[in-house]
Amino acid sequence: MAVDYAALKKGGWMRQKQKNMFALRIHVVGGTLTADQLDGIRKVAEKYGHGYVHLTARQSLEIPWMGIDDIEEIKKDLAEYGVTPSVCGPRVRTTTACQGTLTCPSACIDTQDLAQKIDERYFARELPGKFKFGCTGCQNNCLKTEENDIGVKGATRVEWIEDKCIACGVCVKACRAGALEMKDDKIILDRDKCTYCGRCLKSCPMDAWEEHPGYIMSWGGLFGNHIHRGKQIVPFFESEDTLFKLCDATIDFFDKNAEPGDRLQFAIDRYGQEKFDEMIRSVYDESVNADK
Amino acid sequence: MAAVSDIKIDDKVDITDVVCPVTFVKTKVALEEMDDGQVLSVHMNDGEPVQNVPRSVKEEGHQILKLIDNEDGTYDLLVRKVGED
Repeated sequence: MAVDYAALKKGGWMRQKQKNMFALRIHVVGGTLTADQLDGIRKVAEKYGHGYVHLTARQSLEIPWMGIDDIEEIKKDLAEYGVTPSVCGPRVRTTTACQGTLTCPSACIDTQDLAQKIDERYFARELPGKFKFGCTGCQNNCLKTEENDIGVKGATRVEWIEDKCIACGVCVKACRAGALEMKDDKIILDRDKCTYCGRCLKSCPMDAWEEHPGYIMSWGGLFGNHIHRGKQIVPFFESEDTLFKLCDATIDFFDKNAEPGDRLQFAIDRYGQEKFDEMIRSVYDESVNADK
Repeated sequence: MAAVSDIKIDDKVDITDVVCPVTFVKTKVALEEMDDGQVLSVHMNDGEPVQNVPRSVKEEGHQILKLIDNEDGTYDLLVRKVGED
């Protein structure tokens, strides 16, 4: 019987150099697995594999040494623990994310929730080339968003609340952009210098800052054979609806304009960076104006 | 708010001779030895310590009162100890 390697790869079964052996890639969203899922993975690694797993560079997990004759059994065993195979090849891949506001004191957004929403909307979508989403909660950028075709970084707009402020001066020093100044016990915020990092409000002992969380997006990141840093095209924005409109427009663009094996940036280069930026800015403008 | 001169300082700690993360550890140890409501003055360098130590102190639940710029490249952070409930 001829083995359909393409179909297996699509379903997360990565062909090993050893004949009829596969590493099974697991569907992980935002780098989170439950203890129960780990239990199932452990059992499969012991029963069918060599008793170990491999962590991938993008928060997935692979169980190597899965024999071709065991594939159906393995899928069934894993399903009992809520574990499903991931994908490989030309489609939307694992969405990476940090732990975000769920546990991290630095985070501005709930990256786990966002990664789930992105995954539900786009995971495994067939495209001319692979497509990667990455989410990070703040400008510490633990999840390296600019490596991804679309990167989403949490940020926050701040508004000073004079009544709560004790003029302690901590925020002025916490700001790394030099955007804050204190004059006569009043804080002056220079919007042009502000990077929306939120360090002022995170350091404030009196919660004297309003927090308006939002996103800084980047497009066209690559970190494989070719290296390209994802580019920010539109300014910081606050609406999740706008975020998904921009993602939809990008995926549509990639689907229509990419050639087989392309990454987003290759398609942008062929189409013209300026024209692509204009398209993204028009989607952004339309969405932001509709919100007003 | 109260003027800085009205704040009674109960103890002082100098963290200019150490680097992160010992800066915060030294501050934390000094606070542990104090009673609730007492005020600690933390003497620190400009740069990384003044960007991060105040925030770490806040995240531990203590009350920051003031950051004083000594205008010699050092700062004094005044912290009121808040004990665990």
